[in-house]
Amino acid sequence: MNWTVVQRILGLLLMMFSVTMLPPIIVSMIFDEQSWLPFVEGFALTLFAGLITWFPVRKLRKELRLRDGFVVVAAFWTVLGTFGAAPLYFADEITLSVTDAVFESMSGLTTTGATILTGLDALPRSILYYRQQLQWLGGMGIIVLAVAVLPMLGVGGMQLYRAETPGPVKDTKLTPRITETAKALWYVYLAFTIACTVAYMIAGMGWFDAICHAFSTVAIGGFSTHDMSIGYFDSPAIDVVAIIFMFAAGINFSLHFYAWRFVSIRHYAQDPEFRAYTAFLITISALVVAILFQQQHYANPGQTLINGLFQAVSIATTTGYTTANFSAWPAALPVVLILASFVGGSAGSTAGGIKVIRWLLIYKQGMREIVRLVHPSAEIPVKLGNKAVQYRVVDAVWGFFSVYVVVFAVLMVAMMSTGLDQVTAFSAMAATLNNLGPGLGDVASGFQTVSDIGKWIAIVGMLLGRLEIFTLLVLITPTFWRH
Amino acid sequence: MKVLILGAGQVGSSAAYHLSREEANEVTVVDVSPDILRELQDRLDIRTVVGHAAYPDVLNRAGANDADIVVALTDSDETNMVACQVAYTLFHTPTKIARIRSADYMNAKDLFTQDAIPIDVRISPEQLVCDYIEKLILYPGTSQVLDCADGRVQLVGAKADRDGLLVGQRIATLREHIPNTEGRIAAIYRNGKSLAVEGDTIIQEGDEVFFIADRKDIRVFMSEMRRLEDPVRRVVIAGGGNIGSRLAKALEQTNQVKIIERDSVRARYISEQLNKAIVLVGDAADEELLLEENIDNVDVFCALTNSEEANILSSMLAKRLGAHKVMALINRASYVDLMEAGSIDVAISPQQVTIGSLLAHVRRGDVVKVHSLRHGAAEAIEAVAHGNRDESKVVGRKIEEINLPKGAAIAALVRDGRVIIAHHDTEIETDDHVILFLTDRRKIEYLEQLFQVGVSFV
Repeated sequence: MNWTVVQRILGLLLMMFSVTMLPPIIVSMIFDEQSWLPFVEGFALTLFAGLITWFPVRKLRKELRLRDGFVVVAAFWTVLGTFGAAPLYFADEITLSVTDAVFESMSGLTTTGATILTGLDALPRSILYYRQQLQWLGGMGIIVLAVAVLPMLGVGGMQLYRAETPGPVKDTKLTPRITETAKALWYVYLAFTIACTVAYMIAGMGWFDAICHAFSTVAIGGFSTHDMSIGYFDSPAIDVVAIIFMFAAGINFSLHFYAWRFVSIRHYAQDPEFRAYTAFLITISALVVAILFQQQHYANPGQTLINGLFQAVSIATTTGYTTANFSAWPAALPVVLILASFVGGSAGSTAGGIKVIRWLLIYKQGMREIVRLVHPSAEIPVKLGNKAVQYRVVDAVWGFFSVYVVVFAVLMVAMMSTGLDQVTAFSAMAATLNNLGPGLGDVASGFQTVSDIGKWIAIVGMLLGRLEIFTLLVLITPTFWRH
Repeated sequence: MKVLILGAGQVGSSAAYHLSREEANEVTVVDVSPDILRELQDRLDIRTVVGHAAYPDVLNRAGANDADIVVALTDSDETNMVACQVAYTLFHTPTKIARIRSADYMNAKDLFTQDAIPIDVRISPEQLVCDYIEKLILYPGTSQVLDCADGRVQLVGAKADRDGLLVGQRIATLREHIPNTEGRIAAIYRNGKSLAVEGDTIIQEGDEVFFIADRKDIRVFMSEMRRLEDPVRRVVIAGGGNIGSRLAKALEQTNQVKIIERDSVRARYISEQLNKAIVLVGDAADEELLLEENIDNVDVFCALTNSEEANILSSMLAKRLGAHKVMALINRASYVDLMEAGSIDVAISPQQVTIGSLLAHVRRGDVVKVHSLRHGAAEAIEAVAHGNRDESKVVGRKIEEINLPKGAAIAALVRDGRVIIAHHDTEIETDDHVILFLTDRRKIEYLEQLFQVGVSFV
């Protein structure tokens, strides 16, 4: 292990991140609020911490190894969640314990969107903006951003990129240079954010709300500036905009990149994951709307359609916006929706969950077993599109799946032991591990009632979910530390 | 520059390594083996594409559309040729470089025209290595001989020993020793670090000295560095592969050559190709065979088989049995470092030889040529100054006025085939070949710009 390299990069990243506490100060000046002090304090604290970490080893020039990459990413997300909490903790308008502040900050960064705050509408705009911005930074990945703007990472950039980006296949680069790939992803992300802001404004949002919600929509986060989330606006136009952009943000961003580069949408139709993702969302939406109709939950068919569609897309992509209290929906709908969040979005998107491509591969393997029973001596590769998938990838998917299940079960039992009932514990873990946000039962609208230990378990869950478990898990295995 | 490398073998991988280290390059490597590519991508900041290197679809996926240069380095000559053809016809790639092993193809010069098989530069690693060894044998005692200014002048590396006339003396006395020659000492490496070459620098035993001199003066210079060795007469080559048999062919007229080949069928084939050299069937590590063939009288023993471990062992054996000097073909850099300190006199890295020549072609036009020294630890750059004082950043300027990057130093100028010693007030003229030594390869790009005739530069 190369501790000095890790230290240098961590310091640099912290200093870089400290800059992100400056925009809220501008927001507070625009709205003439007195709430800028916590951000200045947060900025100074983070910058200083970064500086003392970086300064002693600033002259060091060494390549980042594969192992160091894991440590940097895991440590950075952990440290960042903590430092990101500083402004929330310092703020006078809200009184948060350390646990609550870290929970809120981590929930933002990991794009979970679960909150412990109530009375959002009355909070200063700068704090609201800061929460949304955390989600936006976490969406495409703060490390990917760092790789894009810090060219000196070199090959090390690839190790970091791989440890952060979701999905089973991480070696596909959009461009030969990792820096360029990271830049391309952030440009696409930025373009989507701007488009989303404009669309929200056209649909009738004020500019501040539009920016804030665009941040959390393209990041598939789920934070809102209002307690009632998107339901506050009560506008079908805004719902539709949100649905479109949540759907788009759940697609693999390299597809967006190709579409932009080659000015064609052919790539989408050819991508097996995209097709499965679309088919899955359509099925879930149809199911939800059909059951709502059948149960006559809403009097108005238009309302049924828009609420059903919105909630299905929002939960299945793991965004977590709400227009309706879906936990009170009839029949098995709440559970169906929570289960849908396990699928999540595509690999390489900003969504959480296990990812469509993994489910697709698992499904194809199941199908292969059936064919094998009929033709025992057949050679049947698992194929995506027309290409055979490497055994290594298939193995990795199973490995991921089993660890996901185990981690889920362990954390859920731990959650139950803090005094939550089973439905609440189950949905709380689904909401955090899948980076979804809202759960069922006691956590339907937020994690306010969960105990401190429960919140820490949730924090661990969110981080595990965002970093796709292994990045964090390797650090606690003896193999990793053995030289 | 967008570079497309086809084939991730030894040469392909190290080309990718060298090119991707320079910030301006975007490198994509194509190979059929996903395992090799994965391993390569772990180490280098490159993009990899799995597939057959000559297939249009694969080339398209690898970004042949906007590639500036295609370097085809797969095992197969035919694949390389077709890949270049495809790149030219379908993707209009401007520069195409290919490795062509077979001498038959190489000799058919008319084949490689734009309307037949459009390959701009053909590289034959076997030929390059063979030339390299030939030079080392021709100038005994040298560890590296490189052609500068199209071979009119040579850059020679040699290890100083206590019998060298100049060893233990100030460099400035070189003039007194050999008054009538053009040439100069360009660089000195002591314990792996480069020393500043000044008039009063003293050369010590064990220093690695690089000097630039006219072809005919090399022997005189060598005598300044170490005891002059007799010209090589008896050569034994172990391994009758492509390199071994080519070398035997090149040397058989001037030297007594014996070549040992294990495979009797191959041995028979080589013996048909060679006229004077003696082909022996047997194991190069067979003590009896070596003794029987008077190994103790042999001037140079070259181990050139495909297996580097076998090369190391057989040349160590030959050395112990009395061969005066042993050379071994070793690919791994770590082995090279290990062996040169020990019982093997010269370790030849085919990869290094090929890469040097390959990279020289990858560079833009004739502006800059790069030679790797000391197995890549330093570079000798040969740049041609073009234009006049207004167009160029170097022409018409004194050396002290040129804005060189850190770690670069001008060692000498070659003007009209004559070596000119680079003093701080020497003025560079157009068409001078400027020879620079550079320790940091990443500065190459800067040097390229320096020597480019700039329209923007007024």
